[in-house]
Amino acid sequence: MSERAWIDVALTAARPQALSALLRYFRDLDTAEEAFQEACLRALKTWPQTGPPRDPKAWLILVGRNAALDGVRRRGRQAPLPPEETLSDLEDAETALAERLDGAHYRDDVLRLLFMCCHPDLPDTQQIALALRIVSGLSVKQIARAFLVSEAAMEQRITRAKARIAQAQVPFETPSAAERGERLAAVTAMTYLLFTAGYGAGERSARAELCGEAIRLARLLLRLFQTEPEIMGLAALMLLQHARSAARFDAVGEIVLLEDQDRGLWDDKLIAEGLALLDKAMRHQAPGPYQIQAAIAALHARAARPDDTDWAEIEALYAALERTTPSPVVTLNRAVAVDKVKGAAVALEMIEPLAPRLSAYFHFFGVKGALLLRLGRQAEAREAFDQAIALAATPAEAAHIRLRLDRLRRESAPEPA
Amino acid sequence: MLYAILCYNDEDIVWSWSQEEDQAVMAKLGVVHERLIKAGKMGPSLRLLPTTSATTLRKSADPPLVIDGPFAETKEQLLGFYVIEVADLDEALEVARELAGANPGGAYEIRPVALYNPERRDGAAV
Repeated sequence: MSERAWIDVALTAARPQALSALLRYFRDLDTAEEAFQEACLRALKTWPQTGPPRDPKAWLILVGRNAALDGVRRRGRQAPLPPEETLSDLEDAETALAERLDGAHYRDDVLRLLFMCCHPDLPDTQQIALALRIVSGLSVKQIARAFLVSEAAMEQRITRAKARIAQAQVPFETPSAAERGERLAAVTAMTYLLFTAGYGAGERSARAELCGEAIRLARLLLRLFQTEPEIMGLAALMLLQHARSAARFDAVGEIVLLEDQDRGLWDDKLIAEGLALLDKAMRHQAPGPYQIQAAIAALHARAARPDDTDWAEIEALYAALERTTPSPVVTLNRAVAVDKVKGAAVALEMIEPLAPRLSAYFHFFGVKGALLLRLGRQAEAREAFDQAIALAATPAEAAHIRLRLDRLRRESAPEPA
Repeated sequence: MLYAILCYNDEDIVWSWSQEEDQAVMAKLGVVHERLIKAGKMGPSLRLLPTTSATTLRKSADPPLVIDGPFAETKEQLLGFYVIEVADLDEALEVARELAGANPGGAYEIRPVALYNPERRDGAAV
């Protein structure tokens, strides 16, 4: 890796903690972002000569803070800037000071920064865009590309969202345990939203970028809140799902269903990490929705072949999920497992009452079509698949259903003589 | 003489590497590994999952206390290690320097091995 690439990675990795500490100093997001930016510029100038500091985060916090304070002073008194070496050369003593100042606060600082992005007035997509811009430090261009909108439109969206959170006044006092819990719940939900946005994205690069960022945020949260089983569950869930990413689409971008995937393409390292985290979470005996979903993903990950999948256990886990977080989508997923265990007729009966609530949901019609097909009800299956195509969110989704329709037509056509 | 080379680095950084960056580092390291293997100096080596996957058993309590997370919160974490067979500390440092050339950042701690049980579990899944 080139030196420049190494420094870039280090700056990106330090960003959430350094920026959130600067936010606590300045209590203003724009000032904090400018200070961090300035610190990064100095790092790019000085690190190649001095080598990277022992603690890049502390270095960036102190240099950023000094630079911003200096900017304030300079504007006030028009005094000349001290030489570069004075600003950027930090003795170990100063590093220790930075640590004392910040070590104890990192946790709440980072949580606050993330929580600011989860403002309830902001629609989901804006929360995610804001987190990617502010916390992950992605460029507006990168974010725009991931969401398939123009750069100008994304710039405007982020500017508006920032203005909204600037008015929101998230308090800077150390949060109470209850407040901390609420913040954590909002932040984990937003992290999973970010992941699902990536998981469903049409573009390979967008999938990798968004899912990768979500996993990075989850690892960060995990390090800050080491004993929370639901965060372990969330991280495990995302790791186990992301492990399949290379197998989920074929060479031309068509969707490959779980049972047809080349399991050799699954990422063993991500699966190992996901299973390890789920193992840790289960020890707490405090199940929650993320852990249950991670347990389902783990059963898929553990099956060497599709036939080895423990569908009965998956069905039981979906039933548990229905109890803790009832939703028609959960029931639909349970029906897929029921189909494997008790047959298509029982599964179809289960999903029929969901129709009014899932009338705009692509997967509802995809599952319904597949079940009808298995029951030999071709005409109705075709109708369901047609509805699915109309609701497809990405070209790959539509193409996948079209493929099944084509197969259906071929099979129902009379054999050529 | 057997030495362990303990690999310390900031895991925030190492686990932020893209797949391409990771592969590039591994390819460079592979060259060093290959040379060590050919010279008969390479013992077992391994990379650990992030410390977030760690669980610690505190033996100071009775019964021992199980705690989520690594043993110690440090700026740089133990990410993996090598065991190598070399003549002396100088040669061990030489190997560490070669590895450092392929994988910059962090630190290698070179520690002589006091007791070595080479029995291994063949075919173990990693």
